[in-house]
Amino acid sequence: MSKIFETPLYPYTRSTDQDAAEPAQHPVIVVGAGPIGLAAAIDLAMQDVAVVVVDDNDKVSWGSRAICFAKRPLEILDRLGCGDPMVDKGVMWNLGKVYFDERQVFGFNLLPEDGHKRPAFINLQQYYFEQYLIDRVRQLQAEGKPIELRGGNKVLEVAQKEDCVDLTIGTPDGPYRLHADWLIACDGAASPIRNMMGLDFVGRVFEDNFLIADVIMDAEFPTERWFWFDPPFNRGQSALLHKQPDNVWRIDFQLGWDIDRDEELKAENIDRRLKAMLGEDIKYELEWSSIYTFQCRRMDRFHEGRVIFAGDAAHQVSPFGARGANSGLQDTDNLGWKLKLILDGKAPESLLDSYDVERIHGADENILNSSRSTDFITPKSEISRIFRDAVLDLSERYEATRPMVNSGRLSVPCTYDGSPLNGPDCDGMPERTRPGSPMVDAPLPNGWLLDRLGSGFYLVAIDTDVPETLEIDGVGITGLRLSTDGDADGYLHQRYLGEAKSAVYLVRPDQHVAARWISYDEAETAGALRKAIGRSR
Amino acid sequence: MTELNTTANIAGPDEFYAELLAVHEDLSKAESDAFNARLILLLANHIGDRAVLSQALRAASLKKRDEEN
Repeated sequence: MSKIFETPLYPYTRSTDQDAAEPAQHPVIVVGAGPIGLAAAIDLAMQDVAVVVVDDNDKVSWGSRAICFAKRPLEILDRLGCGDPMVDKGVMWNLGKVYFDERQVFGFNLLPEDGHKRPAFINLQQYYFEQYLIDRVRQLQAEGKPIELRGGNKVLEVAQKEDCVDLTIGTPDGPYRLHADWLIACDGAASPIRNMMGLDFVGRVFEDNFLIADVIMDAEFPTERWFWFDPPFNRGQSALLHKQPDNVWRIDFQLGWDIDRDEELKAENIDRRLKAMLGEDIKYELEWSSIYTFQCRRMDRFHEGRVIFAGDAAHQVSPFGARGANSGLQDTDNLGWKLKLILDGKAPESLLDSYDVERIHGADENILNSSRSTDFITPKSEISRIFRDAVLDLSERYEATRPMVNSGRLSVPCTYDGSPLNGPDCDGMPERTRPGSPMVDAPLPNGWLLDRLGSGFYLVAIDTDVPETLEIDGVGITGLRLSTDGDADGYLHQRYLGEAKSAVYLVRPDQHVAARWISYDEAETAGALRKAIGRSR
Repeated sequence: MTELNTTANIAGPDEFYAELLAVHEDLSKAESDAFNARLILLLANHIGDRAVLSQALRAASLKKRDEEN
């Protein structure tokens, strides 16, 4: 049976641009049709920004790769119109177990908070994730939205001109040139665009190798995340077992630094490891295996002139904590509306500086968390191993140290504290929805709060009044009036009012809070909007 | 804010010291190191106050005040 990731989904076809006498000019070109490039393109196309995605491949991700998607990215996908297929297919899980040596040390329940449309996490193979994004691209094309996906198109050269980016693209029919007002490089951690431009990508190298084996098996294991520190079947190292859809199980073996990659990847050696872990009589089919190493690093700036970097091209983290694809989607969420306003002449190009500020803040948070996980999983000195083992030994008996056990701190959304786009805050309102925070979902009488927001500025009024619509400097704002009368479980009150009697939130198109007040004031709103689009400081 | 107590606070200091050493008596160096780490983690959890813990980490490093930060 051929796998979805063996099927060309966007095979090369000749474009009329290849026969043009002069390079065709496009508002936005995205390099890379991975999760981040596709999400960026969908976001822009939904706002009627014409976008072309080029990729030298023509298939979805080879193997499962990124498998864990957190709530905030699922909310972003809802805004992009493709959250449902992901969540319908994905595996939900809340339980985990931690093993040390031969013993189970403790089990945990993530206890996701109630009152959200989306679960804390789903597990889903990256190839399904990309497939559903491509389905969404096809749907948008059918609706006449300006989005194009060009497979077999490899960027050979990139040059910045004053008013455009000049690209040379290689194809099976030979090279051609394209011009873009803006180029978004989503071409992965090894980013050829970044390399062609000679930009630095510095950080910390971790001297370690991990073997991924994705196996198909009808196992009796529950849908839980199991993590082993120093188990008998992988002495001195760690291991992970996690379920994906279609009875595919992700098994991760830490290997250490000095290994023979080819030897480790041989089927008989993977088989030996799997049997030591799961028992001699285990029946499985190996779907995909790979050895990876990782680094924690980022670019100094996430845009350079008219070239903007997003996802792994801009920042790279260890896989512990599922912060790669998840943070990349938050990059595109942050970028889409800003680029739209710039292209429409409604915001200055300097608004892009806030993309750097906000997403570097996010990247640094992710690098910090993922470095800490890595230091716990792979102690770097004798004393750090002594403390790590002490935490695990104590955790078997006492609850006290369990919060220190770090096998990956799962991705939570970033609050843009200190962003130049943030407007006034209001005393007495909940900290979690302060300016810079992503809006927290809440049930409404007829659906969910986040489904009512996004892709434009909103004024959300709770127990007070705001205009139905408003226009400031050509930027529209939609009013959304809510009442705590229908808020039986008190979520709106807890998440948005706190001690306040009423509230007005100015919400950005990426569903982050720009400013908040007790009640509506036109001049205050105008001031905060201008700040949020980079027109005043 | 609570300050780290650096004045004598344990009733029966000799007994406590003897008890601390007695625990280590039959332990190897590796076992003692592991014990000490567990003890630090339990005591730190009992204190809980992050500011006091940071003060304790600084105090235990025996740096003079002007060397701090």
